[in-house]
Amino acid sequence: MATAFSPTIPLHENRTSLPATRLVPPPPSSAFLGSTRSLPIRRLNHALAARRSPVVAVQEIVKEKKPTNSLLITKEEGLVLYEDMILGRSFEDMCAQMYYRGKMFGFVHLYNGQEAVSTGFIKLLTQSDSVVSTYRDHVHALSKGVSARAVMSELFGKVTGCCRGQGGSMHMFSKEHNVLGGFAFIGEGIPVATGAAFTSKYKREVLKQDCDDVTVAFFGDGTCNNGQFYECLNMAALYKLPIIFVVENNLWAIGMSHLRSTSDPEIWKKGPAFGMPGVHVDGMDVLKVREVAKEAVTRARRGEGPTLVECETYRFRGHSLADPDELRDAAEKAKYAARDPITALKKYLIENKLANEAELKSIEKKIDELVEEAVEFADASPQPGRSQLLENVFADPKGFGIGPDGRYRCEDPKFTEGTAQV
Amino acid sequence: MWGIVRQRAVDGGFSASSLRRTRSALVSARSYAAGSKEMTVRDALNSAIDEEMSADPKVFVMGEEVGQYQGAYKITKGLLEKYGPERVYDTPITEAGFTGIGVGAAYAGLKPVVEFMTFNFSMQAIDHIINSAAKSNYMSAGQINVPIVFRGPNGAAAGVGAQHSQCYAAWYASVPGLKVLAPYSAEDARGLLKAAIRDPDPVVFLENELLYGESFPISEEALDSSFCLPIGKAKIEREGKDVTIITFSKMVGFALKAAEKLAEEGISAEVINLRSIRPLDRATINASVRKTSRLVTVEEGFPQHGVCAEICASVVEESFSYLDAPVERIAGADVPMPYAANLERLALPQVEDIVRAAKRACFRSK
Repeated sequence: MATAFSPTIPLHENRTSLPATRLVPPPPSSAFLGSTRSLPIRRLNHALAARRSPVVAVQEIVKEKKPTNSLLITKEEGLVLYEDMILGRSFEDMCAQMYYRGKMFGFVHLYNGQEAVSTGFIKLLTQSDSVVSTYRDHVHALSKGVSARAVMSELFGKVTGCCRGQGGSMHMFSKEHNVLGGFAFIGEGIPVATGAAFTSKYKREVLKQDCDDVTVAFFGDGTCNNGQFYECLNMAALYKLPIIFVVENNLWAIGMSHLRSTSDPEIWKKGPAFGMPGVHVDGMDVLKVREVAKEAVTRARRGEGPTLVECETYRFRGHSLADPDELRDAAEKAKYAARDPITALKKYLIENKLANEAELKSIEKKIDELVEEAVEFADASPQPGRSQLLENVFADPKGFGIGPDGRYRCEDPKFTEGTAQV
Repeated sequence: MWGIVRQRAVDGGFSASSLRRTRSALVSARSYAAGSKEMTVRDALNSAIDEEMSADPKVFVMGEEVGQYQGAYKITKGLLEKYGPERVYDTPITEAGFTGIGVGAAYAGLKPVVEFMTFNFSMQAIDHIINSAAKSNYMSAGQINVPIVFRGPNGAAAGVGAQHSQCYAAWYASVPGLKVLAPYSAEDARGLLKAAIRDPDPVVFLENELLYGESFPISEEALDSSFCLPIGKAKIEREGKDVTIITFSKMVGFALKAAEKLAEEGISAEVINLRSIRPLDRATINASVRKTSRLVTVEEGFPQHGVCAEICASVVEESFSYLDAPVERIAGADVPMPYAANLERLALPQVEDIVRAAKRACFRSK
């Protein structure tokens, strides 16, 4: 299978031994859309010759394998992927409904159309691996294992939410499932994810624990023009951290087209500039994403360092529920709607006899019920109590620090007697 | 506790070599053996980090020039040799990046000590200090706490110009979720830094470059490796009954000098070293003002929306009927810091300004 990391293009091999034919531009069908300009695909040879690092910049579209006796996934895996994507889609559709009914408020950013990226990566992770996302984080939290009830309640601002209603749509945190946010500022999650990967390496090398956790950082095309992104690519490669940087390139940052705002729109190329592989993959196909993800995660677990994966994807809805979405071309939307990742997976499963219509329908029905139940649960849950307003500002209950005996000072009854001389 | 007042050969000079100790007449008479130890603030900070790193392997240091260069101000001297490059990281010049990495590491359970070469550079990373560190425990409803320390020199140094001289106490102290500490003496430095590193919440630790080289007496208790001071408690450096002077960091030294001058004129000033800007020790502040009925508060930073403004507001709200004079507030001049030495001196509070304000509060002068 011609993946970016297949044995025929080993990453550690010196690039000069690579046949030049590998480095061909992608076929026109994967050229960036988003404006009427066509993108000049530059050849890389001159850039590669100048590079000292043995890490290869591979720009290879993962080709779909023809159905033979070795398929990409088993039936169980296929059903898990399908269920996860259906959950993401139904959940987001329900969010839109609830928003327009006034149950949800503020800023809500929906993930419709991008499910292949979330499912493709997160379903390969274990519970102790971490995921860091942006404000478009509902589906990342769901894929990682946070229950639909907890996410829906959080969106309604109820006390049963995953953050007890304190975070909201853009700040999904779950310690149990290692979802480390949910950040509103673009680029903010990237250094935090790099830090979580740093911890994984620190635990292994300094604390001598058995730790091969990886971190996956999700962010968008607009973020790739932000300074923090480059700072972290540098440090992740410098310290060889177990992190995968996943760019969900949906071509639009609110109303700013990626091509209008970026000098070189091919984001995967920015990886090799820092000494890590950069891969471009069709983000509307969950199986392709999964293949690339497998390699990237394995690389990270083996301690070989970070990877930059650019997923070409598309969001079917506007930037947020407040976005009228007037700037995007209807033809572009239709083109990507035809590449709906759920429909594609369904087709794959049925054509390869991994599942039949009835099984898939029953999954859809199950998810519909799950989402409905989540809404009912969220509706029925109470709002947070008044005392919750002032809780959890500090982990240390009253903020006076920890005493020499290791206990919180505020627990010492003498402490609040008012003497300043200690 | 004793209040030790240092006398200097030159007014306003910072030479640590001309240090003499006198016992203040107002303080309970404890005598100290001639062999009582002294320690510079620099050594105090270094020993605090060293001890905390050896006690807990999850503590690590990260910042520019902290390793091979031994620290831009030599605070982290010797740590690289002792603990190795896996625990003392020389970072590239990427404040936003390495601060965020520190926050992410803290999310995942480590205890980073992030050094900013000066707090002016923290503005490049302020998004991470506030949005991903300070607010996380609240946003995640207690699931994710951030046991990180951001430390570095704050405020004016000598002749370093406008972009290297700002005091950030007021900015950081206005954010719920952060603890903001400002040590003065070596004992403060040791105790507060150890408390900060052990603390489960994000702490902004504002040191002062000009204090690094100053020596202070230090007790045996403070040299013990389990010594740590409470966060949120101010210290009464010198007791008095006529006027309360409240300040933090380098200005504590100036206030103590001013108190000496005022004592010569018969005004007994009480000097309070805040130590902790957030949480602010309102109880001690108000108790002192209720005792003396007059308030003078001093800081080095810009006047508008400063720490002094908060202290004055707190006193007016809680102890208004005890006040015998309007509250006095001394802050740096409302201008970016000039370079010329005489202008810089004019832009910062001096001992004479504190004396004048105290006398004004006592209705002894205009």
